Amino acid sequence: MNPVIELDGLGVAFGKRHILQDLRGTLDGRAIGLLGPNGAGKTTLIHTLLGFHPATAGTARIFGQDINANAKSIRALVGYMPERDSFIAKMTCVHFVRLMAELSGMPSEAALERAHESLFYVGLGEARYRTLDTYSLGMKQLAKLAQAIVHGPKLIILDEPTNGLDPPTRLRMIRLIREIRDSGEARIMLSSHLLRDVEECCDEILVLKDGRIAANCNLEEERRANRKFIELEMRGDNRGFAEAVGRLGCEYAFTNERRLKLVLPEGVEIRDLYRIAAEREVQIRRLNYKRDSLEDIFLKAMEGGAPVAGAGGGGNGNGSL
Amino acid sequence: MAVYEHGYKPYTGALTPEWSRFLIIPRHAYRDVFRSKFFVAFFALCFIYPLVAAILIYLHHNVNALSMLKIGDVRELIPINASFFYTFITSQCSLAFFLTLLIGPPLVSRDLANNALPLYLSRPFTRKEYVVGKMSVIVIMVSLITWVPGLLLFLLQAYLQGAGWFGSNLWMAGSIFLSAFVWIVALAILSLAVSALFKWRVVASGAMLAVFFIPSAFGEIINELFMTRSGHLISLGAIMNSIWLGLFGLFKRQTGSMQGSSNGRRIDIVFLEPPLWSSWLALGLFCAVCVLLIIRKVRAYEVVK
Repeated sequence: MNPVIELDGLGVAFGKRHILQDLRGTLDGRAIGLLGPNGAGKTTLIHTLLGFHPATAGTARIFGQDINANAKSIRALVGYMPERDSFIAKMTCVHFVRLMAELSGMPSEAALERAHESLFYVGLGEARYRTLDTYSLGMKQLAKLAQAIVHGPKLIILDEPTNGLDPPTRLRMIRLIREIRDSGEARIMLSSHLLRDVEECCDEILVLKDGRIAANCNLEEERRANRKFIELEMRGDNRGFAEAVGRLGCEYAFTNERRLKLVLPEGVEIRDLYRIAAEREVQIRRLNYKRDSLEDIFLKAMEGGAPVAGAGGGGNGNGSL
Repeated sequence: MAVYEHGYKPYTGALTPEWSRFLIIPRHAYRDVFRSKFFVAFFALCFIYPLVAAILIYLHHNVNALSMLKIGDVRELIPINASFFYTFITSQCSLAFFLTLLIGPPLVSRDLANNALPLYLSRPFTRKEYVVGKMSVIVIMVSLITWVPGLLLFLLQAYLQGAGWFGSNLWMAGSIFLSAFVWIVALAILSLAVSALFKWRVVASGAMLAVFFIPSAFGEIINELFMTRSGHLISLGAIMNSIWLGLFGLFKRQTGSMQGSSNGRRIDIVFLEPPLWSSWLALGLFCAVCVLLIIRKVRAYEVVK
């Protein structure tokens, strides 16, 4: 099966300004988080995938279809929720969503039915006959989500979906995104400044910095890998203990005399550490599973250096030992 | 089945043909347009002349009715010929301008003001389809008051006059259609360009009036100052009039003369309209500028280079 998005040396320039440069990678998560500071090129990447901006170098493929050659058929597979307020004035919400469904190719009656249903789904059922200009910011965001999903796309691109939402509406939005993700019927690409939103919804992230990929990793695998990464604080024959765990196949390094970082290989469990410590009369005063949060990954990507890629690569991996 | 109570599910039903999707825009636009009572009244007013013209054609062929109504010989007074249809088209096209003024300016400006273009263009719907869809709002509506009744009148006259008249005047049907259609397309392009240029409806309407009337005024000033008719080339109304006259075979270059004096000598000044090809060229240039504006402004997002 084709990956959701393949980036193949994608570059975009506006005049002499290079906004995106040589983006390469494969994104295949159920929900892909797009992160980066302001001006990193997140929105430009989304717009380029949608065919709003032409690629000036390389290309990208969505579900195996080239964005340069098949822009229209790609857009038939995609639902897009823009960041800014976007609606059609003097229309009731149900009329607006119906129009959007019809533009996606649905016959008029089916479009009307789906418009009603998608508005109920996002929680705007009671307000669907109101004109959009009377909606609050949160309601407009939900209406934008409704129009993005009304035609049942295979990929839903959400640009800052929780912007300006109060906590209950934000929770509703997050719940909807997770529900759609878990249904398995659509992949999601979520661009957000809020790491918490991405962490709650996404299983893969792409971090952009200055138009380049700063990190691309699978959060699930990252978390799984970090479960084996351990920090110990000990008293006693620390060196002997370290050599003993080294013989079990653990990679280790001392951060100071009493602190040891180690990576447990397959088949070695925590109980083995306690056993060796008991045999050598070493006291394990503290044992922490070191787990990279999304914030760690993001900040590390922002610090510069080579792109962080693949599972495990984003954590305090072997290189730091 | 859709999303309500069933969770998120893709749509698996039939899709409409791609070529027909541009018509979604006029269908939804008319719901809004016909909500205005003023518009409905004006639209109804636009059918008065076609009705009167139909009655005239009928009377033209009904001697009994003429004698009953005690009207003189309408046949001599108002002959049904190229001039009759030219007058019909020019008056209906004037109404078409004001009709366009009512429905044209908000077409794109409203979408620009509400940032709706990304919503349209993120779907399997191209910029070309968007522009054609918006233009068709005007084209369909204005056609209903120009060439459609014009051709119906032509057919009525042909029916009442006989096949011989139809055969020898068939070119007139082409003129009716072409003269109205050229104007409709020009109007649609102009109103879309103005609408794409200004986000506020009132400003867009004002700009459309300005584009039509200000160059005409300048043209007349040029004509008066330099004793010429070349000023007509910057007046959209005059350009169209020349084209209509040309299409109905009524175009004459010399439209007047006067006597003047230069260095004490009496001279005859002949007013020559610009050649017909120059009117077509001016209209082409005018439309090209409007199309360029549309191409530049109708984008999902404006790129700042």
